[in-house]
Amino acid sequence: MARLMIEVDGLRVRFGKVDAVRSVSLSVEKGSSFGLVGESGSGKSTVLRVLAGLNPNWSGHLHIAGEEQKPQRAKDFFRRVQMVFQDPYGSLHPHQTIDRTLSEPLVVHGFDGIDTRVRKALEEVSLPAAARFRYPHQLSGGQRQRVAIARALISEPEVLLLDEPTSALDVSVQAEVLNLLSDLRSARSLTYVMVGHNLAVVTHLCSRIAVMQSGEIVETVSAEDLRVGNLTHPHTTDLHTFGVELEELMQTGNSPTGRPGQIASRKN
Amino acid sequence: MSTYPVTADSPAPLRSWLLTDSPDSRRQAAWGGAYRRWLQFRRNRLAMTGFVTVVLLILAALAAPLLATHAPGAQDLARRLEPPSTAHWLGTDELGRDLYSRLLYGGRVTLGMVVSVVLLVAPIGLAVGTVAGYAGGLADRILMRITDVFLAFPRLVLALAFVAALRPGVTSAVIAIALTAWPPFALLARAETLAIRKTDYIAAARLTGASPARIVLRHIAPLCLSSLIVRVALDMSGIIMTAAGLGFLGMGAQSPMPEWGTMIATTRGYILDQWWVPTIPGIAILVASLAFNLLGDGLRDVLDPKQE
Repeated sequence: MARLMIEVDGLRVRFGKVDAVRSVSLSVEKGSSFGLVGESGSGKSTVLRVLAGLNPNWSGHLHIAGEEQKPQRAKDFFRRVQMVFQDPYGSLHPHQTIDRTLSEPLVVHGFDGIDTRVRKALEEVSLPAAARFRYPHQLSGGQRQRVAIARALISEPEVLLLDEPTSALDVSVQAEVLNLLSDLRSARSLTYVMVGHNLAVVTHLCSRIAVMQSGEIVETVSAEDLRVGNLTHPHTTDLHTFGVELEELMQTGNSPTGRPGQIASRKN
Repeated sequence: MSTYPVTADSPAPLRSWLLTDSPDSRRQAAWGGAYRRWLQFRRNRLAMTGFVTVVLLILAALAAPLLATHAPGAQDLARRLEPPSTAHWLGTDELGRDLYSRLLYGGRVTLGMVVSVVLLVAPIGLAVGTVAGYAGGLADRILMRITDVFLAFPRLVLALAFVAALRPGVTSAVIAIALTAWPPFALLARAETLAIRKTDYIAAARLTGASPARIVLRHIAPLCLSSLIVRVALDMSGIIMTAAGLGFLGMGAQSPMPEWGTMIATTRGYILDQWWVPTIPGIAILVASLAFNLLGDGLRDVLDPKQE
């Protein structure tokens, strides 16, 4: 039990009359990284927001770090569990300098040596010291996402929740941010839960991946199985072939099998 | 940095210390930010005009005893309603009192009333609006229904009722105007808050474990401030007029005390024959309102860091 960082049992989330998430159960070991993949609207981000404590309307059982979590979280929970949002253009306060943004969690949790911690955090995500007193709009998308990662890590959490952290970024910057995330994980032995719709990105970072479809987990596979295509559920296979074909499409401009015909025809 | 013109009066080391790209400390960054904002504000001619006018008006009001040529209450019935002359720079009113001196002393009362109303109203409106918007649910409903009650009455009627219940005078007028002026600010702040509360950066602020009070105060209120300032600046002329209306009905500043609105109200019968008597305080009100509006517009631009 102590080896499990996150345990979700029978999680159910309703938005009005719609079941966004129905009976999701998953467990994440300490120090490992877990991916949640699915189409838009499959409920993957909703699960993540429940884990983060941003969505109080859920039922089921949730244990994080061995403690049962209620919809209302204790203050210390927010020190130990942090989140990186999808859109770095929307997740940083537009009227606060990077320095303010980074010191905010430290002030709230009563850390000392705020000045050196902020300096170190910027260094860790390889941002120049000159960025410290800038405003978010003066930074590029990749730099902003680094700030968001630095903010999430500055309170020294054990769990990092990643909501498609690279999907709003340029392809060339995506790899940088992903490498940064995987370096940080091994350096700090963090537990990751990552949500994404791009299988290539999720397999790059996660060792175990759950595939979601209309509010349910349909299959949980290892990154290895996914890479070689050792899959059982048809939806997973669909996502997989779609991802492969999309990649080839981007390289050649042609769909090799022509199976996701919509995409091929849209190109023509 | 080349966008800022180098002027001879600011020494280079201080300038470069203020405008450096990589400040060493928070203090330097804060001073640098303030200096940049000032430079930006200075480039806006209209805002500067408003700022200088407001400063001059306030200084003139504060220095009224030094600048005035006559006592504001000294009557000279033999020389009533005189046009401007060397003895009375702006003429005299219906009781032979010097208009220039009364205008200076009146500035103290009028500007003092406006400033105190704004100081009372803006924080109340901001607090009610942001709390209602962020808390939602029952708190939102209760606060908004209270706001609706205050909005339902015509401003002057409600102010009149309050002053009548209290004691006529400047203090009562300020309280009455403040009570009637805050609802629009609350609505504005609530609308802004509703748009802001759903954003990712507020979700991120909640994830730091900050209390709702801290989120409202440190993350939401600063974002509502810029539109609130514009609204306050636009409302200032309205506040002056309400004060004048109360004065005219005998519920505001009391008779011997010079107040711009009251000065117009008591001399409005002379508008055709001795037009300058009510016109001069009217011009003062116009200038003050315009200056506050221009200043508010300029401040809004400066308060948004994206405008740099």
